[in-house]
Amino acid sequence: MTELACTPGQTVGPFFGLALPYPGGSGVVDDAHPEAVRLHGTIYDGAGDGVPDALIELWQPDGAGRIPRVSGSLRRPHVGGAGFTGFGRAATDAHGRYGFTTVTPGSARRPAAPFFAITVFARGLLDRLFTRAYLPDGDLDTDPLLAGVDAGRRATLVCVAESASGRPIYRFDIHLQGPNETVFLTYRNDRR
Amino acid sequence: MKAAPGSVASQGDITAEIAAIAAEYQRARGAVGQDAQPRLDYPPYRSSALRHPKHPLVSVDPEEVERWAPCFGHQDVDPRDADLTAGHPGEPIGERIIVTGRVLDESGRPVVGQLIEIWQANASGRYRHQLDQHPAPLDPNFTGGGRCLTGPDGTYRFLTVKPGPYPWRNHRNAWRPAHIHFSVFGTAFTQRLVTQMYFPGDPLFDLDPIFQSVVDRAARERLIARYEHDLTEPEYATGYRWDIVLSGARRTWTEV
Repeated sequence: MTELACTPGQTVGPFFGLALPYPGGSGVVDDAHPEAVRLHGTIYDGAGDGVPDALIELWQPDGAGRIPRVSGSLRRPHVGGAGFTGFGRAATDAHGRYGFTTVTPGSARRPAAPFFAITVFARGLLDRLFTRAYLPDGDLDTDPLLAGVDAGRRATLVCVAESASGRPIYRFDIHLQGPNETVFLTYRNDRR
Repeated sequence: MKAAPGSVASQGDITAEIAAIAAEYQRARGAVGQDAQPRLDYPPYRSSALRHPKHPLVSVDPEEVERWAPCFGHQDVDPRDADLTAGHPGEPIGERIIVTGRVLDESGRPVVGQLIEIWQANASGRYRHQLDQHPAPLDPNFTGGGRCLTGPDGTYRFLTVKPGPYPWRNHRNAWRPAHIHFSVFGTAFTQRLVTQMYFPGDPLFDLDPIFQSVVDRAARERLIARYEHDLTEPEYATGYRWDIVLSGARRTWTEV
């Protein structure tokens, strides 16, 4: 079969707030969920300033490593206790901060360590960027990506566990550029 | 050729920068092959300077979760969300248009039942957004956001009005060609696409650093819809067709 040429990306621009954020977008599970955790961080530009017009998408397996096949992310049926969709969306605030309430992802396949799959969009960023936010207590040494990535940059892919009373909190800051530039990904067999 | 740091560039400065990058791409093209995506580091788009990674992207095999995409369904999207001319007390001002096409993967297989979201300026080039201070009128009958799910053959369809060109502050007298923003999900996380659709024959194409950040002409032209008279409805709306092809990993490699 003839391969079709793919459609190029373009920046999300400054006005995505018209259409993309939605009520409940950052609440992948309800706050009252017994296994609820917090995933949050700040997106920085190359000057170290927070990016106030960025959008983060989160996609993940459930706590047992199962990949959700449940629709309804835009209407959040699970807030009443129903299905876990695994998808969330959060715009950054005036300081570049984002946050999700979700559950800790399991690993869908050993030896891959569990991670949150993250997509980054921003004004000034001409195409989306993919990265992974690994759990700090996962088996990081055997993970195929982490084992191969430059040791000095590996920490950019790993969440920081923040102590809190009770509920786990993971911090995952994203640096688009600069000395702590996050490792961003391209997927093999992706002919981009 | 670059404007002095700190000064506001003219359109002539930006056009010269765009031309220099295009000429360099033409010279190198034989060696590097086709550059089908925008350059993340594209100096004529000033805001990209501090917002592009300087390290190359790290190539990785997708893990299982990245071979799947979130599901969306009829509880997510109301069929009326695809009509941007509705939902207000009156009709919006502007040229009523139908925008339709198919979402396909690189093998031509339709992407079925997936979410498409769009947003755009109104007919006078103004976004309904607090940060848009362009002194053109807002339209009380137009918000500019829409959604739909692709059909069994990958088809999407929106009814809207044609957006106007939009002034911005990248450089002095900077204007964006008329465009509609598209957000598209594929069957895998790796296929996620956010892009912009343009209209044929726009006189601002050569001047716009966002459009020109896709340095390959053939790739750039894939961002332009085509006017199709068979889609046009008599005495109602003109029709544009724009197909979207998603690249990226496919689950079928591991399916047995």
